[in-house]
Amino acid sequence: MTSSAAVEVTGLRVSRGKRLVLRDVSCTIPRGSVTGLLGPSGCGKTTLMRSVVGVQIVESGEVTVLGVPAGSPGLRNRIGYATQNPAVYADLSVAENLRYFCAVLRAPRSDVRRVIDEVGLGGHESQLVSSLSGGELSRTSLAVALLGKPELLVLDEPTVGLDPLLRDELWTLFRELADRGVTLLISSHVMDEAARCERLLLMRDGVLLADDTPAALLSETGTSDLEQAFLSLVRAKEAA
Amino acid sequence: MNTSILLATTARILTQFRHDRRTVALMVLMPSLLLILLRFVFNSDQAFSRAAPALLAVFPFAIMFIVTSITTLRERTTATLERLMTMPMGKLDLLFGYALAFGIVALVQVLVAVGISLTWLGLEIGGSVWLLVVIAGLDALLGTALGLFASAFARTEFQAVQFMPLFVMPQVLLCGLFAPREAMTPVLEWLSNVMPLSYAVDALTAVTKSSDITGELVRNLAIVAACGLLALVLGAVTLRRRTP
Repeated sequence: MTSSAAVEVTGLRVSRGKRLVLRDVSCTIPRGSVTGLLGPSGCGKTTLMRSVVGVQIVESGEVTVLGVPAGSPGLRNRIGYATQNPAVYADLSVAENLRYFCAVLRAPRSDVRRVIDEVGLGGHESQLVSSLSGGELSRTSLAVALLGKPELLVLDEPTVGLDPLLRDELWTLFRELADRGVTLLISSHVMDEAARCERLLLMRDGVLLADDTPAALLSETGTSDLEQAFLSLVRAKEAA
Repeated sequence: MNTSILLATTARILTQFRHDRRTVALMVLMPSLLLILLRFVFNSDQAFSRAAPALLAVFPFAIMFIVTSITTLRERTTATLERLMTMPMGKLDLLFGYALAFGIVALVQVLVAVGISLTWLGLEIGGSVWLLVVIAGLDALLGTALGLFASAFARTEFQAVQFMPLFVMPQVLLCGLFAPREAMTPVLEWLSNVMPLSYAVDALTAVTKSSDITGELVRNLAIVAACGLLALVLGAVTLRRRTP
């Protein structure tokens, strides 16, 4: 366990139902970095994220987060987590949702204003969540994860369904957060977002294909874009 | 337990209600409407006065059970529960927060039902009105606690609705409303003895008959309260931070 790693996963095996979703996954996520978790839908991205956050029952293996085992009570206000399905109350307004989660986290009330601005939801504060568009809804859920002072942000597909401009703004925000020392683990199934990450975890069928920087992946596979790099890794794996 | 998180949860649930006026109207008025209907079905003050105390226990109990089980199930099946479980939220903070919010609604519901029964419907009671309200309120809380507990065993709202006949109807049938509990066959009497609603109905009947606060009355109330508390604690056990 090194203090420079925000997350350290060793030999993680997880079954959900009868299916083995993660088979022996090991990886390290350095502090203050933006790490992209990429792979096709159903490859185990969400399960890996749930394990890091500490809500997943794991079969074997170790997950250490910020120096302590995942799921430790002390981590509960140090991690921000946004699930793929927006985890907010549809029958409350944007501000009411944020005020509630703010109280649960015992974060200052001024955080509500800050996160609304950070995700660009100004003007929607008093709108009921059920009347928001899909993109606004997922940004509300993202805003909850930004409340308080999380040292680690685990974001499951935070940019799905957003227009390119908003997506760009969010990635700029993620970058700023990382520069302030926050560690971000962000899943996506679109490869063009991978280039924005410092490190990439490529997954397929519950197996980690790569844990490296985008540049290293390209040179290692001798390809010019990450989509091709991913394909070449999959083929190399199948040939082996 | 953390009181500020608990109260924030209560406030959040009451705010959710505020945005859903139709549900609030249904919850507050439903027992009263059923009692009014019953009064005209009986068409006599005496017959109504005999059945009403038991029904003041049954209606709020059943309605709070169903409302609570659906609402908590919704929390469990949407991702919000998972999110709360990653936060510094105690399981008991969440459940007591729910119980307090629904308890407040239940109290309003019972006040309206008792008020209408005593003024318009001609219910005559020998004991204290306030004790009647307290017992009926406690009973609605029992429904809330059982609803919280039952929601753990439902995967869908469709299943949750069907828990109402399972959890509530046997208690209603065996609580002494339809036949005196002493006159039941031993098996049924034993069953009625282990069902908390029976004690709530006994307590309410005692209050309508006389103003004495007997040891039996206190014991019955203690049983109802203890069952409610037990259901809440069992509900907390069914909440899991880690799920498969």
